[in-house]
Amino acid sequence: MNTVLSILRDRFAGAILDHVEFRGEQTVIVEKAKARDILRYCRDELGFDYLIDVSSLDHLGSEPRWEMVYELYALGNGARHHLRLKYSFPEGEKADSVSEIWPTAGWHEREVYDMMGIEFEGLADHRRILMWEGYPYFPLRKDFPLAGRPSEMPEVAFTNRAPLAGGPFVTSPTAATTVHREPRSREMD
Amino acid sequence: MPETIEQHAAYDSKIEGNIIFTKVDTAINWMRKNSLWPMPMGLACCAIELMGTGASRFDIARFGAEVMRFSPRQSDVMIVAGTVTYKMALAVKRVWDQMPGPKWCIAMGACASSGGMYRSYAVLQGIDNLIPVDVYVSGCPPRPEALLEGLMKLQDKIAKSQSAVAHFNSEKSA
Repeated sequence: MNTVLSILRDRFAGAILDHVEFRGEQTVIVEKAKARDILRYCRDELGFDYLIDVSSLDHLGSEPRWEMVYELYALGNGARHHLRLKYSFPEGEKADSVSEIWPTAGWHEREVYDMMGIEFEGLADHRRILMWEGYPYFPLRKDFPLAGRPSEMPEVAFTNRAPLAGGPFVTSPTAATTVHREPRSREMD
Repeated sequence: MPETIEQHAAYDSKIEGNIIFTKVDTAINWMRKNSLWPMPMGLACCAIELMGTGASRFDIARFGAEVMRFSPRQSDVMIVAGTVTYKMALAVKRVWDQMPGPKWCIAMGACASSGGMYRSYAVLQGIDNLIPVDVYVSGCPPRPEALLEGLMKLQDKIAKSQSAVAHFNSEKSA
């Protein structure tokens, strides 16, 4: 697996910013400008023929705000290699679409756009995928309240704030005892 | 030529045993409650229990409600089984509006009744925000027995309704 990393290091010397290995999982953090080239190289030359997932992170309050995550997998020749690729970029910039490299990326990127509001350069079908066209918010952004916001599109759809009655039930995975780790209602907003 | 005798059905000794006296309401309600054709609005996991209710082990046919109609025009009771998202909500409302009266609605499970665990931007907090619900069935999802209990509650409700009066009132207002 480390051969993949060394190949990438040789080929895209300056664009590989960091590398994390955790329990055999390889994560490569790359530069945004070169991300599409690296992903294309991964598929064409390194055999990562399967794009498992495209997702995004919202680092609200720190810069740069957005982070894209690509999960790659190599199925050919009996190989079972996984590679995670990440890059960050600030608000206002568009991400690069990889839907021309893996057609399946189209739907993943539409979901990222729908939930996070990240737009994609080169995505042919740039519509929402889960919420309806005309819904004014991007609900998985960190500054979107958990209960939702009211919206209204006559004849199409509407949304309301959900009553949270004592706050949402959330777990505290790091709490000391099981009693405190269990889901409890917490005041939010 | 034999003499014609004016006969009243009730006094005809030959068919007397086949005559039942009842109230119009009772007769109508009896027919309605034992032939409830459901509109299965299966939206999430509750729909699986709804299917189980329709299958042989629980056998919703015992209550005359086995004829699942996938056309709202032929349905009497809408069983909203599952999470109603805002995206689906107006479609559910439209299907409900297409059902001819008299019609009833069963909100099956926590999601359809109140949004359930989905206190979220995407989920309608109870189908009763859009359409009138007759019976709420609790559970996540409810077991088939619970749905059948809800159906029997609905039958009780129908048995108590004043169908004829409602019909004449609607004629008067129309």
